[in-house]
Amino acid sequence: METVVKRLGVWALVLLASIAAIALTPDAGFAIHMGIVALVAVILIVATATSYDPLAKAQSIFKMPPGPSRYDDDVVRWGVIATMFWGIAGLLAGVFIAAQLAFPDLNLEPYLNFGRLRPLHTSAVIFAFGGNALLATSFYVVQRTCRTTLALPGVARFVFWGYQLFIVLAATGYLLGISQGKEYAEPEWYVDLWLTVVWLAYLAVFVGTILNRHEPHIYVANWFYLAFIVTIAMLHVVNNLALPVSLLGAKSYSAFAGVQDALTQWWYGHNAVGFFLTAGFLAMMYYFVPKQAGRPVYSYRLSIIHFWSLIFLYIWAGPHHLHYTALPDWAQTLGMVFSVMLWMPSWGGMINGLMTLNGAWDKVRTDPIIRMMVLALAFYGMSTFEGPMLSIKAVNSLSHYTDWTIGHVHSGALGWNGMITFACVYYLTPRLWNRDRLYSLRMINWHFWLATLGIVFYTASMWVAGITQGLMWREYGADGYLVNSFVDTVAALHPMYILRMVGGLMYLSGAIIMAWNIAMTIAGKLRTEAPMDDTAHDYAADRPIVAQPAE
Amino acid sequence: MSKNASHSDVFESHKKLEKNVTLLAAATLGVVAIGGIVEIAPLFWIDNTIEKVEGMRPYTPLEQAGRNIYVREGCYVCHSQMIRPFRDEVERYGHYSLAAESMYDHPFQWGSKRTGPDLARVGGRYSDAWHVQHLKAPRSVVPESIMPSYSFLAETALEVPDPAANLSALRAVGVPYSDKDIAAAETDLMAQADPEADAGDLAARYPKAQIRDFDGDPARVTEMDALVAYLQMLGTLVDVNSAAAQEELTKAGAGR
Repeated sequence: METVVKRLGVWALVLLASIAAIALTPDAGFAIHMGIVALVAVILIVATATSYDPLAKAQSIFKMPPGPSRYDDDVVRWGVIATMFWGIAGLLAGVFIAAQLAFPDLNLEPYLNFGRLRPLHTSAVIFAFGGNALLATSFYVVQRTCRTTLALPGVARFVFWGYQLFIVLAATGYLLGISQGKEYAEPEWYVDLWLTVVWLAYLAVFVGTILNRHEPHIYVANWFYLAFIVTIAMLHVVNNLALPVSLLGAKSYSAFAGVQDALTQWWYGHNAVGFFLTAGFLAMMYYFVPKQAGRPVYSYRLSIIHFWSLIFLYIWAGPHHLHYTALPDWAQTLGMVFSVMLWMPSWGGMINGLMTLNGAWDKVRTDPIIRMMVLALAFYGMSTFEGPMLSIKAVNSLSHYTDWTIGHVHSGALGWNGMITFACVYYLTPRLWNRDRLYSLRMINWHFWLATLGIVFYTASMWVAGITQGLMWREYGADGYLVNSFVDTVAALHPMYILRMVGGLMYLSGAIIMAWNIAMTIAGKLRTEAPMDDTAHDYAADRPIVAQPAE
Repeated sequence: MSKNASHSDVFESHKKLEKNVTLLAAATLGVVAIGGIVEIAPLFWIDNTIEKVEGMRPYTPLEQAGRNIYVREGCYVCHSQMIRPFRDEVERYGHYSLAAESMYDHPFQWGSKRTGPDLARVGGRYSDAWHVQHLKAPRSVVPESIMPSYSFLAETALEVPDPAANLSALRAVGVPYSDKDIAAAETDLMAQADPEADAGDLAARYPKAQIRDFDGDPARVTEMDALVAYLQMLGTLVDVNSAAAQEELTKAGAGR
């Protein structure tokens, strides 16, 4: 009774505060955001005060297995659904903005102009798709590698829903023009503060579960998840240091300016890649690849060496985004040298993952999930070779500001992050919903080929586009004058932009096929098709260790 | 001790970290903190990142409002503001960008992509009318352009809820606005784009401030006025054509 009153009190206060904010703020965008917060408060008041249980409703819609699981997997199931939802949303946004670059009349001012839509795409795919994948898999993996259930289960649920609120505030904000103007750190000060709260809760649940473990050693996947959570907290807090103009408005000014702000931003930006998109996803790889292959991880020692060298070296690579700018030369050189050295620990991870398949290589032929994992690791290797190459100042003098950078980003994002996430979701879904197998294994294969072809179109067109731009910008004629006006280069890129959009469409189609497959699996349907091999779910072994009471 | 034993000692001691999550977390945080400190911290005291350059001044309230619109619309997503010291780049855009030229940029807008051209020295390159027409309908001026249209800027009255608070916030993060600047923020904002208004000592407090109607509609101060005012001052503050090195000029100015 007391808890209900306390909770009602808290949400009532939040509701009053947000209504006051709407009334007092002169900033329309901020008012809309406070409206979203008010709506959330109303929903929670209704849910707390009445017998209406929105969660039970949702559980039945998403066909959650009845009764308590042996592990606490509800949040994992929600996370898997959220990953698919935001994945489709983010990829759709990506195809749309790609279409806008090829057909600029698709820009619909003011809310749907490219400048406002682009962060919608980047945040949706990195933080909404990638973030939910990391949340879901980390909560799944930490329980099973510690043989214990999630610590602080209420807080774990808060982490999930709090994170979704962060995504909604960020996304609506961009369309309304609420942006801090720094890549991958666009959400404004109050949204950043909310994320910090959610993130600390995430750290508490994750570390709490490890503290409760029944396995004495912490498995390697958890080192990578921990490094990801801890480092992202550090990066987020420092890069988002800002002073709001008013506590009743969205606008804030960054604490740093010019050169200092530039390096802080790219220390953050590169390590968002290094820790959000790399360390976190390597954690996923370290659990799900050996599990799907039925083989142990190739080398314990390699995992130690590459873990520490990866997290140490990655941080220094930021300046490679600022070659030949007004950043001091010594910093540029440090960035370049450390980026080149970073090639080694990155390939250490790739080798450890690929060589885990030693003795099980035939599965690439028969198991489409393994096929995706191998492709993911191959693209990880390609991107972490291309990255150090692009970090070399001479190469960067051609590539900086061009579409080559975009091509590099997407070979990593679509090839490594996308494919490994898809593989993990395919692995998780039948297990989480107690199904014997996925609706269709052959549809995984269609997805695999569509995605691969899509990536090839995307990266190839962007390599050509980038190098074309770079060379055309610096082309001199025999008369000693520049040959091309800037807009000449824009016109030259048009066919590449169309091909890139086609590649994105293929990748999106694969994801839609996956969404259908996952939905049918959750619904309990099975497709009649010629069989392909899969790794069986050993239900008897999938249990935590529960302490036995003394006699 | 054999070589094998000393190797496995390292891996043996790693087990200590694997059995203690607090140690593991602390070691991780320590390791990831190093690079940032070594690379970022010196930028706050090393001479060539904090030097002042003759001509640099804070943005006027109108220019700052225009800059805020630039940030809001995500212009940095397609346009850079950082000219590199390459022959072709300097020929196309002007003198390479100095660190000091963005010293009051909260946040920096150097950009990382040129879907459109660099704008670091676009100030004075085109007429106001060209900018207004180009922002309203880019392809009417440059047929091959893929830029979105921003005609709504010309229809939207410029509304800054509290110009003085904006300048105070900027001062709190290190931009040297004077008390006079902050007190006059509201008047300065409107006067800079209104040919009928009395700009007072705006031009004295903000040297090289351009005071005129920018959007072709003298009756109103619109968001178009603000954005064009911002674009027209980019790269114009520092005299990059002077013969002496900037460092010498500043030292001379300081009476050294």
